[in-house]
Amino acid sequence: MTLPSAYTPAPDRRFNPGDRVRVKASYPPGHRRTPWYIRGKTGVIERVCGAFPNPEELAYGFSGEPKRVLYRVRFSMREVWPDYQGAAHDLIEVEIYEHWLDAAQGA
Amino acid sequence: MSHDHDHDHPPAKGRDHDEGPPSEHEILSRAMQELLEEKGVLTAEQIRRRMEQFDKDFPTRGARVIAHAWVDPQFKKRLLADGKAACAEFGIDLEADRLIAVENTAEVHNVVVCTLCSCYPRALLGMPPTWYKSENYRKRVVRDPRGVLKEFGTVLPEKVTVRVHDSNADMRYVVVPMRPKQTEGWSEERLAKILTRDALVGVSIPLI
Repeated sequence: MTLPSAYTPAPDRRFNPGDRVRVKASYPPGHRRTPWYIRGKTGVIERVCGAFPNPEELAYGFSGEPKRVLYRVRFSMREVWPDYQGAAHDLIEVEIYEHWLDAAQGA
Repeated sequence: MSHDHDHDHPPAKGRDHDEGPPSEHEILSRAMQELLEEKGVLTAEQIRRRMEQFDKDFPTRGARVIAHAWVDPQFKKRLLADGKAACAEFGIDLEADRLIAVENTAEVHNVVVCTLCSCYPRALLGMPPTWYKSENYRKRVVRDPRGVLKEFGTVLPEKVTVRVHDSNADMRYVVVPMRPKQTEGWSEERLAKILTRDALVGVSIPLI
């Protein structure tokens, strides 16, 4: 299901498609683009989106430099919502900046 | 249950945006519009016309692109690999840096939401509908997508994987629905007519 991306890959990046990652369970104040419901959850890198100006800086009128690597991370619905009633194979994919991700154990 | 302390505690959550009294930002925005009108900088009529003009300029472009992808497999391949570049072939300059086109198949159904605000490929699909911006849709489609899709009249078999896309940062999304079998031989123009906005967001499927 994962397609090769034609986007300019980010050269200095920590993760590659297929890597398991955990979103930081952190709740700093300010403008954050990491939804609450996904914090602390473990998923797999679906694709590398490229490097973009850091929205957490842009929001306050800064340049957003250095750019941050943005990934799409795929999570199982059951991982995100332990009481999920739909099919076990249902998925949710979320865009997460690298500084919000840690490497996770497992295949 | 043990409670490890390697994380911060979430503060109490704020109020919902489309429920209850208007938020500070909504009040600010309305006050700004009223002031601009009062000072004679803008008229309400100009604002309304601008919104109408936007709707006129953009609404059918997404359908045309997807209809072309239905009849031209090579174009579909390019669209799925790089949505922005494929749209540029149509002379459509997207406001976002990236467009990700996701394809519905017999195995996978895609649906798009922006849980943080209302990110939407406006240059392709026009202004987002009110339901897309509602707290109700944004909150529930990530938690119970099958339930929300059912409310739109879209009931998916258990074996189909529901793939929800949170358009929460710099990407924008468009769904490439499955082409109904009965549409063989249809012109792109005719195909575009069944490619509704809702089908391109993924809450419905094209009906003949």
